[in-house]
Amino acid sequence: MLQYAVRRTLWLIPVLWGVATITFVLMHSVPGGPWDREKTLPLTVQQNLNRRYGLDKPVWQQYFRFLAGVARGDLGVSYTYQDREVVSIIAGGLPVTATVGLTAFTLAILVGVPLGLAAALRQNSLLDYVSVLFATSFASIPGFVLGILLIILFSVTLHLLPTGGWGSVKQVIMPAAALGALPAAWAARLTRASVLEVVGQDYVRTAYAKGLPDRVIYYRHILRNALIPVITIMGIELAALVTGSFIIENLFSIPGVGRLFVQGVFQRDYGLIMGSVLFYAFVVALLNLAVDLLYGVVDPRVRYR
Amino acid sequence: MSAARGGASPGPSAAGQQVALPTAHRGPWSEAWRRLLSNRLAVAGMATVAFLVLVAVLANLVGRSNPTFQDYSAIQERPSARHWLGTDELGRDAFSRLVHGARVSLAVGMFTQLIALSIGLPVGAIAGFAGGRTDNALMRLVDIVYGFPDLLFIILLRAVFGGSVFMIFLAIGLVVWSNIARLIRGQILTLKEQEFITAARATGGTGTHIVLRHLIPNSLGPVTVAVSFGIPRAIFTEAALSYIGIGVNPPTPTWGSMIRDGYSLIFSSPHLVAIPAVAIAVTMLAFTFLGDGLRDALDPHTRGASRLGTGR
Repeated sequence: MLQYAVRRTLWLIPVLWGVATITFVLMHSVPGGPWDREKTLPLTVQQNLNRRYGLDKPVWQQYFRFLAGVARGDLGVSYTYQDREVVSIIAGGLPVTATVGLTAFTLAILVGVPLGLAAALRQNSLLDYVSVLFATSFASIPGFVLGILLIILFSVTLHLLPTGGWGSVKQVIMPAAALGALPAAWAARLTRASVLEVVGQDYVRTAYAKGLPDRVIYYRHILRNALIPVITIMGIELAALVTGSFIIENLFSIPGVGRLFVQGVFQRDYGLIMGSVLFYAFVVALLNLAVDLLYGVVDPRVRYR
Repeated sequence: MSAARGGASPGPSAAGQQVALPTAHRGPWSEAWRRLLSNRLAVAGMATVAFLVLVAVLANLVGRSNPTFQDYSAIQERPSARHWLGTDELGRDAFSRLVHGARVSLAVGMFTQLIALSIGLPVGAIAGFAGGRTDNALMRLVDIVYGFPDLLFIILLRAVFGGSVFMIFLAIGLVVWSNIARLIRGQILTLKEQEFITAARATGGTGTHIVLRHLIPNSLGPVTVAVSFGIPRAIFTEAALSYIGIGVNPPTPTWGSMIRDGYSLIFSSPHLVAIPAVAIAVTMLAFTFLGDGLRDALDPHTRGASRLGTGR
């Protein structure tokens, strides 16, 4: 187990190297250069800029400089935010993004898992149908569509909440709800499906046959096994919450990492784009690692070889 | 719902095997079709999807007018007999844009999943079954693709490929296959440990036979579920990209770009934003209902678990 964990952790390095390389190659195959603006810059200015950012060097030198920087945790400098380091730009947006993402995730777990569990244990009751309907609807409606409908309802029609911006609790409500609805529905669906599957297993029948109290069977036999897929998927969902929120951030004008990234894309800020992709990839890789290791702890049937 | 599924099978385990080996007189697929038709939500979803497909195919007829024609004498009009859903800030007919947007959305959903399946299924199956070094090599590749946050990778690819509709398919498909590969591999790893595979080996089944006849068919349920979620997810991805302004190139009408164009007018004409938003929601709902129905009808292990207790 420990050996597996160490090996799995060390695999992060080649994975991130792969991500860095692919990103580098992709950014260098994008048509057009970083200084393409509506108003063309004079050639000498472009040359100076290229020299300033090392873009006049051969591509392979740029690649190794980039990798060497990444290895030191230096994600390079932004091309548009005057001389600001990508790391410090991300660090500035991160608390905002994390606030929205974690609020949404907490909301999702607190609503989803109990709902799914209750539905499964009372299969085919009214509660079951209502929760399935809830889960199906919110699993299908994308966060930004939900966000738009929320804005139309609470901002345009009722004038209760601001359409966007950042700084007050009121401005967290709609983004967190829009972001958390989908994972909440997923958690509910997964928990329900998984519990139903486990309930039908032989070992649960055996547990009942042994005369164990219901409570023990629920927690030790059903819940523990049923939560395996839930943990796996919700881990991925957490990654999606941290990274995927930039549409919501754009919709609600929240100054998080995702909005910076989108601005970077529009401004052809290659430094910022490469840096934030690597940053996101690092977060996702760590979360995937955590999920894989958790999977092993919860389900001994998964064998490490 | 599942009471009739076991048929006349003598016991739980025997019925489970019958599910795994499709040799019954009435094939498992026609059985599944029958079950699908008995699920009202799934039928509603299927009908909605069929309706959308029809609208998308006949968009030129249904749309009544050119979705990209800018009529400056009719800017931001209210819904009327002439413009059923009114016009946007450039005088374009919102109804026609909605109808043509369905075309893009459906195509994105289907083609990305085709691309994802054609890469993910073989990679996952080979990795899971072969194990060892092959598994390691393939899964590290998958890890790298999977390590990319989906949307960011798609945006990067989109920046390279450009914004034509087909390149958007490709960009999304080249990213989401890793989900399918991981899923299949996980399924096969679990299935491989089971008795019916040992039995298949014991009776002299070759590797190819076991993969094609036992492992892949038994993983198809979860794959169907994954695809049924994958289609709406791809639709959503395209809509989101177009909403941000880095999706399909304008002036191609898509639901995402309709929301983008209408958003600045949300206080004066909220319907310009609400209608495409609701269209996306309804489409995704329809696919989900259909997918759920497919899962109930097809997935051997849900079937097993609900009555027979011989699932995984």
